[in-house]
Amino acid sequence: MTTLSVRVWRGGPGENGGRFETHAVPRLPAQTVLDVVTHIQRRIDPTLAYRFACRVGMCGSCAMTVNGRARWTCRTHVQAVAGDGALEIAPLAHFPVIRDLVTDMRGFFDKWAQAKGEFVPTATRSDSFARIEPAGKTRRAVDAAIECIGCGICHASCDVVGWNAGYLGPAALNRAWTLVNDPRDGGRATRLAAVAGDAGCHACHTHQSCTERCPKRLAPTASIAGLKRAAALAALKGQIA
Amino acid sequence: MSARRRQALLWLAQRASAAVLAACVVVHLATMIVAVRGGLSAAEILARTRGSLAWTAFYGAFVVAVAIHAPIGLRTILAESTGGHRRALDIAVGAFALLLLAAGLRAVFAVTVG
Repeated sequence: MTTLSVRVWRGGPGENGGRFETHAVPRLPAQTVLDVVTHIQRRIDPTLAYRFACRVGMCGSCAMTVNGRARWTCRTHVQAVAGDGALEIAPLAHFPVIRDLVTDMRGFFDKWAQAKGEFVPTATRSDSFARIEPAGKTRRAVDAAIECIGCGICHASCDVVGWNAGYLGPAALNRAWTLVNDPRDGGRATRLAAVAGDAGCHACHTHQSCTERCPKRLAPTASIAGLKRAAALAALKGQIA
Repeated sequence: MSARRRQALLWLAQRASAAVLAACVVVHLATMIVAVRGGLSAAEILARTRGSLAWTAFYGAFVVAVAIHAPIGLRTILAESTGGHRRALDIAVGAFALLLLAAGLRAVFAVTVG
């Protein structure tokens, strides 16, 4: 049986807060990176902290930095990323580290709230159902962006998030874009004001790392580009105070 | 005007000025190549540009677009690399815009009026 050489981040954030520990893990067929982390915790060091839930790419909770790149560990086969038998597993970049591979997602979801990522209803229960044309332009725009499960991989991969702490980030902006295109929503003006400017959509450099690395194959870059146009138009019309 | 509205309008201004610059750069490069390959001397070029309303309007628009486009980009770069005071930054790049505008219009004046 061959073995993998696995470097795993232990401790808190930064150079001084922790270190990489190296473990030898048996190489198995169809093994995922999450299998490797689980093996370390269950067979080698039970104090290793990491987060996962569904194991099948639905919950988005097992995202980590694998060989320098943010990935869902449950859907990443070892074979695809460790051809030379070496793995380096670290917590997601741009997130505060709680311990080992577990990051604090609160700031990430706070930004969804800052981007006005909640639906603002305009109808009451006595109104009939809204009629949305499935092939309509806005419905298709929503379809293209709605499947985000909030795993944070785009946020961890975004250069602008790295150098501008206030930047809302691709996930929050992508969420805002789905609501901007929802004709049932009543919060458009407030939302466009919230996402405009240097900490919002206009800070995006269109590097497209978010689009490149989104495991759901969404295109937050396209959503942000749509927001840039919509917010700039709203500013021009005086709808942003 | 709120900071967010100003920043959104700055983005729009940079996009619009980029569209103008894209056309201006193509025309400018083509003109230079044609003039040089045609063997025109400086005096012959000036004879064509002096008193020409079309060249004055073209290069005037070019300079205005540059004076809008470049400082907005510079503002973004400085803001991201220094994280400094936005107000001071806006004043500094505003001054840079005026410098570009003055230098550019002076050059336009030199080749179209003399």
